[in-house]
Amino acid sequence: MLAVNNIEVIYDDVILVLKGLSLTVEEGKIVALLGANGAGKTTTLKAVSGLLKVENGEVTDGTIEFMGERIDNKAPEEIVSRGIFQVMEGRCVFENLTVHENLVAATRTLKSRKEIQARYDMVFHYFPHLKSLRGRLAGYLSGGEQQMLVISRAMMARTRLMLLDEPSLGLSPLLVSEIFSILKRLNQEQKMTILLVEQNAHLALSIAEHGYVMENGKIVLDDVVDKLRENEDIKMFYLGLTEVGTKRSYRDTKFYKRRKRWLA
Amino acid sequence: MPSGLFHEKYETDERVFQTAFVKVWLFVFLAGCALFPFVASKYMISIMTEVGIAVIACHGLNLLTGFTGQISLGHAAFMGVGAYTCSILISTAGVPFVLALPAAGAMAALVGMVFGIPSLRLRGLYLAIATIAAQFIIEFVIRRWDGLTGGVEGMYVDPATLGPLHFNHPIHLYYLTFVLAVAATLAAKNIIRARSGRAFVAIRDRYLAAEVIGVNLFKYRLMSFAVSSFLAGIAGALMAQYLEVITHESFTIHQSIDYLAMCIIGGLGHLLGGIFGVAFWFILERMLEWLTTTLNSAFPDHITWFVSIREIVFGVTIIWFLIFEPDGLAARWRTIRAYWKLWPFSY
Repeated sequence: MLAVNNIEVIYDDVILVLKGLSLTVEEGKIVALLGANGAGKTTTLKAVSGLLKVENGEVTDGTIEFMGERIDNKAPEEIVSRGIFQVMEGRCVFENLTVHENLVAATRTLKSRKEIQARYDMVFHYFPHLKSLRGRLAGYLSGGEQQMLVISRAMMARTRLMLLDEPSLGLSPLLVSEIFSILKRLNQEQKMTILLVEQNAHLALSIAEHGYVMENGKIVLDDVVDKLRENEDIKMFYLGLTEVGTKRSYRDTKFYKRRKRWLA
Repeated sequence: MPSGLFHEKYETDERVFQTAFVKVWLFVFLAGCALFPFVASKYMISIMTEVGIAVIACHGLNLLTGFTGQISLGHAAFMGVGAYTCSILISTAGVPFVLALPAAGAMAALVGMVFGIPSLRLRGLYLAIATIAAQFIIEFVIRRWDGLTGGVEGMYVDPATLGPLHFNHPIHLYYLTFVLAVAATLAAKNIIRARSGRAFVAIRDRYLAAEVIGVNLFKYRLMSFAVSSFLAGIAGALMAQYLEVITHESFTIHQSIDYLAMCIIGGLGHLLGGIFGVAFWFILERMLEWLTTTLNSAFPDHITWFVSIREIVFGVTIIWFLIFEPDGLAARWRTIRAYWKLWPFSY
């Protein structure tokens, strides 16, 4: 469905962020993109959704294809109309619009009122809690409700591929697991493809089918989730499953750093 | 006893008038405005005409600054473009008013769009400065283009006619302004609740998120400049009819700031803000006028003391609003309404 081939992204003509990154997302799958802070995960999503230009960034090399069509030089609104919807990190709701207006605002790609109504009902089927908040200004919602709202916005548009940036940011574990289970249901029932960027590797790997690991603007590992979970490096760097509670020796630390350098 | 208002359907959510109560009072208000000239003095009618013109201009500015978040300090200049376009078309080209009025709006919209182009790159204070440039450039052109605008001497405006209406008659002009002010309010309301209005607010609140839902930033920023300037142009054309003589001094940066102040007092980003702000402004102005004349006659030796009362009070009012009621009168009105709607079971 989505194929990112060997792209290079530069901000402000000088800062090289992505250095030959490739990944593919198959239709109907949830794909997780893991990585440390500053690895370039959000930049990857922005490259796909076309937001780079607004931030003075540019894809200088490589191609991005969606359903066989190149989209790397398209404007964000054209990309949205093709069915790619980025849910930005930090719960970007429009504070001064009501929940209802926030949802309707995302239907720019839809023409028929019937379809808007159908999608409106679908949102409340998955997020029944939002229904009672319809008339409320989005700025007054709690963090979790705002996160639900931005995901719902993606559902209102005719989204085929959702680019989801850190949905767990600042939310309680209980709420996060609820949102993730809804994402899984969306994927299974509505056949929505999701590219998920997440710091919480445990959670991301629990719903995804395929995973990519980024370091310093490159993909360093990729595999199906079951294999990734068994990978020693992933266990060590992301899941924290080894040496829990044990004191590291100097030798171990050096080894750790070396491994990390090799990976990058 | 009904307490609160609950919508069960998508259609009721979208309705313009949420309750019959609102409709009735709106009708009463409009009927009052329509009957006003029969009971009011000539002076009051001319003041109300000015109010109507200011309401149209403020709706324009509110769409641009309040809803799209683009501060403009060149609004009076765009009004000037409309005023001169309409007057020149009527007196030199003999175009009927019915065509000259929309042409004035269109011309102002075009000029507004040209000066709106920097909005793609500029935001906030920087854009405000770019619009000040628009103000000065337009003023300069009006002052120097003698052949077209009459230069520093200004130009006489031929009173226009529209069917049985002759606009040298203040009551006729009042009715035209009244109808156009209502039309502008309706148009603004519908722009706000439609796709474009949501795009404006989305751009103001979060332009990046607006872009990912498929809003073309440049197009909508320019569109908001166009709509705003169009309304300014119409208001300017009416102003020209009202003033009868227009010069480059009729549309200076002071007026631009006044309109911005009216919008701030009324409430940026609220449709009612334009109306409340203008009403408040004019009432305060009349009161201060009365106060100044009273003080002048009471203390004829100290006239110079009272010259700046107006400026001082307006300055203090704006500061007061910015500190204590930054969302303006419209927000206060909303709070009061919500209180009564939920009474006696608030919370």
